[in-house]
Amino acid sequence: MIHSLFLVNSSGDIFLEKHWKSVVSRSVCDYFFEAQERATEPENVPPVIPTPHHYLINVLRHKIFFVAVIQTEVPPLFVIEFLHRVVDTFQDYFGVCTEAAIKDNVVVVYELLEEMLDNGFPLATESNILKELIKPPTILRTVVNTITGSTNVGEQLPTGQLSVVPWRRTGVKYTNNEAYFDVVEEIDAIIDKSGSTITAEIQGVIDACVKLTGMPDLTLSFMNPRLLDDVSFHPCVRFKRWEAERILSFIPPDGNFRLLSYHVSSQNLVAIPVYVKHNITFREGSSQGRFELTLGPKQTMGKAVESVLVTSQLPRGVLNVNLNPSQGTYTFDPVTKLLSWDVGKINPQKLPSLKGSMSLQTGASKPDENPTFNIQFKIQQLAISGLKVNRLDMYGEKYKPFKGIKYMTKAGKFQVRT
Amino acid sequence: MTDSKYFTTTKKGEIFELKAELNSDKKEKKKEAVKKVIASMTVGKDVSALFPDVVNCMQTDNLELKKLVYLYLMNYAKSQPDMAIMAVNTFVKDCEDPNPLIRALAVRTMGCIRVDKITEYLCEPLRKCLKDEDPYVRKTAAVCVAKLHDINAQLVEDQGFLDTLKDLISDSNPMVVANAVAALSEIAESHPNSNLLDLNPQSINKLLTALNECTEWGQIFILDCLANYTPRDDRESQSICERVTPRLSHANSAVVLSAVKVLMKFMEMLPKDLDYYGTLLKKLAPPLVTLLSAEPELQYVALRNINLIVQKRPEILKHEMKVFFVKYNDPIYVKLEKLDIMIRLASQANIAQVLAELKEYATEVDVDFVRKAVRAIGRCAIKVEQSAERCVSTLLDLIQTKVNYVVQEAIVVIKDIFRKYPNKYESVIATLCENLDSLDEPEARAAMIWIVGEYAERIDNADELLESFLEGFHDESTQVQLQLLTAIVKLFLKKPTETQELVQQVLSLATQDSDNPDLRDRGYIYWRLLSTDPVAAKEVVLAEKPLISEETDLIEPTLLEELTCHIGTLASVYHKPPSAFVEGSRGVQHKRLPVRAGSGESSESPDASQPVGVVADTPPAVIPSQGDLLGDLLNLDLAPPTSSGPPVVPSMQMGAMDLLGGGLDSLLGGDIGGSPAMGGGLASAPAAVAPSLGAPANSGLDMLFDLGGSVGMPSGSFVVPKAVWLPAMKAKGLEISGTFARRGGVLQMEISLTNKAMSVMTDFAIQFNRNSFGLAPAGPLQVLTPLSPNQTTEISLPLSTVGPVMKMEPLNNLQVAVKNNIDVFYFSCQYPISILFVEDGKMERQVFLATWKDIPNDNEAQFQIKDCHVNSDTATSRLQTCNIFTIAKRTVEGQDMLYQSIKLTNGIWILVELRVQTGSPGCMMSVKCRAPEVAQLVFQCYEMVLKTSSDA
Repeated sequence: MIHSLFLVNSSGDIFLEKHWKSVVSRSVCDYFFEAQERATEPENVPPVIPTPHHYLINVLRHKIFFVAVIQTEVPPLFVIEFLHRVVDTFQDYFGVCTEAAIKDNVVVVYELLEEMLDNGFPLATESNILKELIKPPTILRTVVNTITGSTNVGEQLPTGQLSVVPWRRTGVKYTNNEAYFDVVEEIDAIIDKSGSTITAEIQGVIDACVKLTGMPDLTLSFMNPRLLDDVSFHPCVRFKRWEAERILSFIPPDGNFRLLSYHVSSQNLVAIPVYVKHNITFREGSSQGRFELTLGPKQTMGKAVESVLVTSQLPRGVLNVNLNPSQGTYTFDPVTKLLSWDVGKINPQKLPSLKGSMSLQTGASKPDENPTFNIQFKIQQLAISGLKVNRLDMYGEKYKPFKGIKYMTKAGKFQVRT
Repeated sequence: MTDSKYFTTTKKGEIFELKAELNSDKKEKKKEAVKKVIASMTVGKDVSALFPDVVNCMQTDNLELKKLVYLYLMNYAKSQPDMAIMAVNTFVKDCEDPNPLIRALAVRTMGCIRVDKITEYLCEPLRKCLKDEDPYVRKTAAVCVAKLHDINAQLVEDQGFLDTLKDLISDSNPMVVANAVAALSEIAESHPNSNLLDLNPQSINKLLTALNECTEWGQIFILDCLANYTPRDDRESQSICERVTPRLSHANSAVVLSAVKVLMKFMEMLPKDLDYYGTLLKKLAPPLVTLLSAEPELQYVALRNINLIVQKRPEILKHEMKVFFVKYNDPIYVKLEKLDIMIRLASQANIAQVLAELKEYATEVDVDFVRKAVRAIGRCAIKVEQSAERCVSTLLDLIQTKVNYVVQEAIVVIKDIFRKYPNKYESVIATLCENLDSLDEPEARAAMIWIVGEYAERIDNADELLESFLEGFHDESTQVQLQLLTAIVKLFLKKPTETQELVQQVLSLATQDSDNPDLRDRGYIYWRLLSTDPVAAKEVVLAEKPLISEETDLIEPTLLEELTCHIGTLASVYHKPPSAFVEGSRGVQHKRLPVRAGSGESSESPDASQPVGVVADTPPAVIPSQGDLLGDLLNLDLAPPTSSGPPVVPSMQMGAMDLLGGGLDSLLGGDIGGSPAMGGGLASAPAAVAPSLGAPANSGLDMLFDLGGSVGMPSGSFVVPKAVWLPAMKAKGLEISGTFARRGGVLQMEISLTNKAMSVMTDFAIQFNRNSFGLAPAGPLQVLTPLSPNQTTEISLPLSTVGPVMKMEPLNNLQVAVKNNIDVFYFSCQYPISILFVEDGKMERQVFLATWKDIPNDNEAQFQIKDCHVNSDTATSRLQTCNIFTIAKRTVEGQDMLYQSIKLTNGIWILVELRVQTGSPGCMMSVKCRAPEVAQLVFQCYEMVLKTSSDA
């Protein structure tokens, strides 16, 4: 199982280590550093690195490498999933997961890691349970603790730990009972230079914030559940009822959680909400290139496309650009060649455009590679797949909760080739 | 007010100050001090000097302080074992605490303190905790057994903890079950042969129940454990699959992949025409696709596994090509994996899309990726014939870009396309020749030279082109030199008049000025060929080349089988068998896919004994690597794997052998004996022949003689005379007698049927009960004409070893049912184990040594064979006829020790040490095998072979 964990920051320092079995010398990380050196970008460090006696499995999040050391055959996905869970827990506890935050809370971090793994076996990874064992630091609690001398470690066995619903603690009480659900969809797409879709798929999630007293039993039904190709549930969802009736029936955890993630297929059913017209030309023998880019909405069901951001890695030969945006602002970094255009909202009457010229190195030949545009956007109140929640019912408790459902569509990896 | 304050130090020694604070009376101050100590520890500072002071803080009712002290203890107890004893009392007391949280914490921490003295005190509390009323304590204690086992395995066994742990598998709480499974799996990893996780239908049922209720991590442990089980029949297999499928919808990708593993394995047992089989196939695709939308690290592991899955069952993802298209900001390791899978999924239906994508990738920035994309285009051309033309034109477009590495890759793949579709695309040669000067990588240069040599008759200035390469001959890499030599010889054979000078030049460069033995060898052989018999030379050098296979880079089928059983593990990420690389997994048992009962598809089954004579059935033979003389002769050294079929024409083999026998020694005079390099080169030629003959490939001149012996030998094992199995009285007049034999690598049951009744018998059929080695009739019992009274018919029934397996008592017992028009009759007989010895049972010496050591001594069995008059040589040769291979021989004090290896049809290896005392009748043998039950049978076999033949 998982032997040790090292946290490495972007400058290559190990700033935290934790061992669950015997101590593994931190020199084992040298193999990791070698691999890091070989990779051109931090993102390109291979996730599994063999060393003579150990295997290093790492994930990169928030510019921190989480490097786990294993010695025997352990499923790598198990380790990677666990590492991501560690990051999520830190983020949940400290608001952000940065080197500073971890160093500021090093003892809590240590307590958490000790609680999450025992001898390399996962022990408690549910945020609800962890929070009962180790209270998250808040300014108020720190003050109170210093005055009263009380601790931030729970004295009682977490109530949910061994019940049939391990994700929910008992005795939850709220004065305002509310349940909110956010349906968030991300479109991943590759559009080719002529504007036709090469591949497009939708990754959706339903995130919930449930603050309900007692042991509520909820059911949530969709108008069109057949849309969903593949679904992954929070353990609280009763799978049998989904199989039989296509409804989500569950006793929710307390607080925030991801109820469901789903996938809508790549078989050309996906509506593409924006289009891009572009014209990027380099003339042979000239040190100038033309650049034209126009964005427009399509298939948005009448909703506005907001927070649009276009980024692109221009060819290495481009020295600088001189562009004129019809709206928003653009930046170009001559070192990394990264062009970024913050468009804002697309007005269908007056389409945003970015036009101008690029200067190339004199005498350099025409660049071989074509830049790809990466587009980010948001559309409020729309689930682009067409998924709609039909109703939400509560059983098991007497009060009437306040219910709310919100839809949003975002760009995931949305790329336009030129 | 954050923890970072713990890092600030004062001028006075830090340790000194902490010591004072730790000994403070104020609780709060103490706690702060311990926190500071922990903070220092986390960043790797040595604070072990504070050990006694910290341990003093342990006796407290403040849970946080207690936990902090425990954290410290775990880290430093090892370095201060004597001090650690001080903590024992508190631990023991805490294990009795009314609060289950504290009981669990105490037992958990004690297990983490890796000090022998402490572990002695741990046993009693642990025993109590394993039976604690609170499941939280029990599940913690279960893991503690694994910890203790890691420190002191013997202690765990002596104290009977393993049995208690096994009992916990039936615990009422699913979390406890999951942890017990996890602990047992970890312990089992260091005891490959122990039957710790004894899986039977009852325990499987318990695990499946716990699976639905335990945590995500517990589900992974249970699923991985389930994957080791072999269901009894397809019904059980289906019911397990049905109960595992819901796990595919889990949010944790590790759960999903472990579930995929179980399904992929158990699917193997389901009949293909079953509706459920199709449903299951459909259910597997969406979760695999979803894995690809996760974080890149998860994607990478998923992709490596998908790579296995598409090779094993291409139908699952055949419609999902698009999800493997590369996004430009994917990490490089994801890009390369996606590309690999794209090629595997490429088919006529989607080739247009794939090609368009690949062309797009070939203009990207990353050099590795671009190269692989260009190679992929070539692989598509070879795989999908209809697309070849488009691929070639795409490659030509890419060559026009003049990007150096793109051009070189393109030329390498075009060479393969020429091989696959001869006489189709040679029109592009002119374009290729234009780029001759820009090639600076050996592989590309060699490819180009091959093309020039192969099509010398169509290239007007072929001699000039080759001559230009010849100038810097000695600076080229071996690959290019060999290729150049061959190409010029080809050119000479095609245009002998103009190129005589050139060929002499290259031959002298290769033979006289080079110190590379491979190059010299090849040079001499060409030289001799050309000078003695130009016609033969033409036949050899310009021989028709075997086609190259469509799929390259395929994982070898048995490895693929094994890896399929290991989906989701490190082995699956590296595509290597687990035994190959994971340290500490001492002698991992090779896992195999289960075989469906009664399936006749022997080509699918892993342990079907490959009939030796039938070469066509062997998987596509990979041309042995460079330096292989025979391959080189046909200048195939650059070639990708050939398609199925004998790699070389048999007559060619003989030619090559002759050539070596007669030619070289005269050429080299007395030099041959003294040149080890020559010897190596010589032996490698027959080695290429060897695989098709079932003899092991080995190097060294001595092997050459071995080979000569084994080629001529009939590979049939020793046959026991027929015995009456079923007397006529018991079978309404049908008498059955028979025996078993292995002839030419095929198992046979040789039966005589005698009709002693008064009426004619017809409609014969035969069936076997399940048996230890899965023996089953490979065809129907063919009695062509009705059997009239008093007539006897002799039948050889070929057997396969892919039938259902069940352990029999005795091991070699076989229960048979024979039916005729009168009735069904049952009898049982015993087969000699020697019929199960397969032809490729010769182990490498090193492997033998390692395996011998690896098998525990408990598995060794010793026997004495009395009254047999053999010497070691006759023993060797007699045993060899039964596929018992002698690997080494050693003589110690007049005793000959023979080391022999045997492989059974089901892949089990048996190692034997046979001691033959010269001049005295009788020998001693010791048998080592991972399955010790077979030892007695092996002894019987030896006894029979050695004794009987000496009588004869």
